[in-house]
Amino acid sequence: MILLPLALLAMQDTPPPEVDWDEEFGVEERVRNPETGEFPVDPYEQDNNNAGAHPFAGTNMAQAFGGQDGIRRIAERAVELSRQDPRIAEIFVAHDMVRLKRTLFEQFCYILNAGCDYTGRDMAAAHEGMGVRTSDMNALVENLQQAMQEEGIPFSAQNRLLAKLAPMSKNVIGN
Amino acid sequence: MKKIHALAAWATSLVLFANPANAQDEEAGAPPTSGQGLFEGGKLLLTNGVSSVEGASGGGIATWATIGGLEAESGIGLTGHVTLVELPDYGWQSHGVAIGIANRLELSYARQNLDTRDVGTALGLGEGYTFNQDVFGAKVRVFGDLIYGDPLIPQVSVGIQHKRSRDAAILQAVGAGSAEGTDFFASASKLFLSRSVLASATARFTSGNQGGLLGFGNAADKGRELRFEGSVAYQISRRAVLGAEFRSKPDNLGLGEDDWMDIFAAYALTDHITLTAAYADLGSIATFEDQRGAYLSAQVAF
Ligand code: HEM
Repeated sequence: MILLPLALLAMQDTPPPEVDWDEEFGVEERVRNPETGEFPVDPYEQDNNNAGAHPFAGTNMAQAFGGQDGIRRIAERAVELSRQDPRIAEIFVAHDMVRLKRTLFEQFCYILNAGCDYTGRDMAAAHEGMGVRTSDMNALVENLQQAMQEEGIPFSAQNRLLAKLAPMSKNVIGN
Repeated sequence: MKKIHALAAWATSLVLFANPANAQDEEAGAPPTSGQGLFEGGKLLLTNGVSSVEGASGGGIATWATIGGLEAESGIGLTGHVTLVELPDYGWQSHGVAIGIANRLELSYARQNLDTRDVGTALGLGEGYTFNQDVFGAKVRVFGDLIYGDPLIPQVSVGIQHKRSRDAAILQAVGAGSAEGTDFFASASKLFLSRSVLASATARFTSGNQGGLLGFGNAADKGRELRFEGSVAYQISRRAVLGAEFRSKPDNLGLGEDDWMDIFAAYALTDHITLTAAYADLGSIATFEDQRGAYLSAQVAF
């Protein structure tokens, strides 16, 4: 009779068997690519048309934005500001900011005709099911404006880039 | 000059009033991803327009297709404003409020007061006789977006403004047909980001004499006409715009009523306060010509 409680005690001490919950629930482990630091995404067709706008002609805009270096700082800063912005931070949780910084840079660089190809997804696919609203879009625009302002981009040039992005709202808002 | 002091005091009290709200926003910090608040705001600076002299969101003398207040989603936005125009022979003062519902419907009220000063004596009304009018407005955004969507499709709104002068007896003597009238209008407005230019055009079906302050139509004729008003504004920064406006008007009383125009500068002092200064040319008012002067307006918006 005294053996049963002892046996129970002994059982408690044994560590629980390793359960791979990811396995149980069919979650594939996401591993960042050691080279790019990005998570893999489902395959899609790469095409500059995915950028959602035709690039500017000539090099004025690329110059106004400080070339690829300036554009990269602006894209990265806009992403950083947005993920820290209490109005929209939640939307960025659990998304790959490494990839977003790269693809957003490529998109701006391509549109500003600063010598890049855009390798990301199209705007509809990228924002599907995100529930972005006009006010979220405005928050993102404000953050981008701040990033451009910090780089000293003239206001009229800022607006010319925004003019390329604004029509994409139909594939971003309420998607 | 006294009026200008009054405006400054009013604006200061707005700053004091608006700032605690700001502080609260920051303190509350994070109800993340913007719930479904009543006064959530969310419009870009200046894209709510300022308050026109009739109380509707617009420029100063022209109405725009914009919906007043800062609400961009399903909640409610509010504005309040006061406007002074200092003319050679008259003093204009107006103030009002507007509510914007879900960035779709705007309801507005404005009170206009035109002080005739010495002209009052000359016209036999008595010195400082003041014409007063209430304007009740409603505006609905029909389609389009000021900023987003197709760059060639503007935001389009339609609306009415019901105006009630408080000077019925005198207006009859002046020859106006009625002391009450209703304007119908359709507006199209768009921010052309590629040029940093906001353009707005409005067609107004109106019989108002001096916008209604001198009544509506004349004794013989209701005098309803289709008239045009428009604004062009250039954005120099997120906070500042420069622009010009024009508004054509009927001349039902045969007093040589002129079109209105102005050049203006608007500045978003804070996210909630916009100041507008303009040089306005209101032409001839009740036979007193060349009424040009300073226009000052302060708007607070949530
Ligand atoms: C016109 C405006 C916008 C542009 C041009 C834009 C651009 C982009 C680009 C280039 C990508 C990467 C696509 C890819 O991974 O292949 C992306 C993804 C993303 N965007 Fe936007 N975006 C816009 C508006 C917004 C707004 C308003 C939000 C939220 C407030 C937002 C949130 C996101 C998020 C969270 C991702 C990551 C998606 C993922 O990980 O799958 N975007 N966007």
